Amino acid sequence: MAERAVVGAADEAARPGVWTLLWRMVRRRRVVGVGFVVLGVIAFAAILAPLLSPYDPTALNVPDRLQGPERVHPFGTDEFGRDILSRTLYGARLSLTVGLVVTATATAAGIVVGLVAGTNPRADKILMRVMDGVMAFPDILLAIALMASLGPSARNVILALSFVYTPRVARVVRSAVLVIASQEYVEAARAVGASGVRILARHVLVNSASPVIVQATFITAYAMLGEAALSFLGVGVPPQIPTWGGIISQGQVYLRLAPWISIFPGAAIVLSVLSLNLLGDGLRDFLDPRLRYT
Amino acid sequence: MLAYLTGRLFALLPVLLVVAVVVFMLVHVTPGDPARILLGQDATDAQVAALRHDLGLDRPVAVQFALWMGRALHGDLGTSLFLRIPVTADILQHLGPTVALSLLGLSVALLVGIPVGVVSAVFRNSWLDQFSLALAMLGAAVPSFWLGLSLIVLFAVDFGWLPSSGYRSPAGGLWQSLQYLLLPAFALGIPNSSLIIRFTRSSLLDVLGNDYIRTARAKGLRGRVVIFRHAFRNALVPILTVVGLTFAALMGGAVVTENVFSLPGIGQLVVSSVLRRDYPVIQGVVLMVATAYVIINLGVDLLYFAVDPRVRY
Repeated sequence: MAERAVVGAADEAARPGVWTLLWRMVRRRRVVGVGFVVLGVIAFAAILAPLLSPYDPTALNVPDRLQGPERVHPFGTDEFGRDILSRTLYGARLSLTVGLVVTATATAAGIVVGLVAGTNPRADKILMRVMDGVMAFPDILLAIALMASLGPSARNVILALSFVYTPRVARVVRSAVLVIASQEYVEAARAVGASGVRILARHVLVNSASPVIVQATFITAYAMLGEAALSFLGVGVPPQIPTWGGIISQGQVYLRLAPWISIFPGAAIVLSVLSLNLLGDGLRDFLDPRLRYT
Repeated sequence: MLAYLTGRLFALLPVLLVVAVVVFMLVHVTPGDPARILLGQDATDAQVAALRHDLGLDRPVAVQFALWMGRALHGDLGTSLFLRIPVTADILQHLGPTVALSLLGLSVALLVGIPVGVVSAVFRNSWLDQFSLALAMLGAAVPSFWLGLSLIVLFAVDFGWLPSSGYRSPAGGLWQSLQYLLLPAFALGIPNSSLIIRFTRSSLLDVLGNDYIRTARAKGLRGRVVIFRHAFRNALVPILTVVGLTFAALMGGAVVTENVFSLPGIGQLVVSSVLRRDYPVIQGVVLMVATAYVIINLGVDLLYFAVDPRVRY
């Protein structure tokens, strides 16, 4: 018993930790580090929005309406005199929350569907046809249609986008499971009498983690773009809550007079999605060399 | 070939069935009674019951689905609750701008994506390559609606070169129609060109590593001839795949872009239908677009025959 524990400890020491791996990845591609830092800054800005915002994002101040960017209002003000910087900071909260929760939900659901499909040939046929069917809709169109049925709210945006992106994870998990289940170490685990659940959890799932992590990073980016598009179209989060897409949509009316209303939240979207894509590409290069873009 | 084609067509059936079920369920995941929501809170119970009967909501769900499906297969997608006209007619009225925008957007994506991808691969690891890849990264991160608004500010407001919104049918003059469609097509095409840039680049790089390319170079052929005669044609097959993929993103993007530029297409129809809670129209549009997408992808797969004589099923 004691001997086993020692072996286990040596094993842990030999395996580099998450941070070591991340550091190696950043060193290989410097630009991944940039993505990391930018995302970190945006996440901090979102968490600290109440402290960082110079104004209340919903406070009306009509005398200051449609002010251009200057010292008092670095990002300018909208038609009600609301401070765009404060609104953009609060928008980051919603955007990031939607991105992360959609990713968590879609990944969890996708793992379940993918595992069942990858291990049970009869369920596989049905489940994968269903996933193909869901993927036959353009993402944003299906999300719009679901929002029509569910009604506009942040929770429903999360539900709709999670439904839309689950098949992507399910496909990745399924194909990873199919490859891994035929590997010799799985056979070995089965031979020493490991239970099916243990094999799935300790061997199959752990070894299919890389493509799932990569896919999850891209889904966060898609979800943030999707939320912005839904809110821009007026079918996403209700307009009284500041969201990047919503602010851009309100600014559309004042494009000639006050283009800054739309420009700053748009730049925030571009920056976040760009960082996530950089991170996803870096992770793919690092975790799965076979998929590397030459 | 014929066997392959029939096989492929049969494989589409389950996918289309799932599509139909999802579209059908759209009305049924609505919290509460759809009839009550449609009529509003002021309606009497008798009115609600009458509408429930008209819509067939008082029958078992399976029967409702069978009836709805049967009518849809005959081209009957129901009646718009708002405009009181057949959904099919409503969609057909809005089809023109969407088709024009999608085709033009795809052209922009290809005209930008393929040359940039080729340059990127040919001058691999140079600053041109780095620049192209950075451009592709940026393109993928820009929301089409925001790019559209930026283009309006630049080309319609500041320079005044092009109209900022609206639509003119190509039937009434191609040039005028193009003026209205140019900005939307770029707003839609640029974000979609990034995937094409990256696929063209990696596909061409794969081909350029082959022995026959070395042979062609050793024969003393000029670089341009090697790239376009020998390499590019062989790199086309994977590029074709990505064009198929782009189509879904393009149709989704068109929905959003139309709303930026006030193009009276399917996208504007579906968004205004969401705001009016006009479910038959939403269902009709979604069903039609998904079916079109599935069929277009089949068409793209069949194009492999034309591009690559080695492909035999």
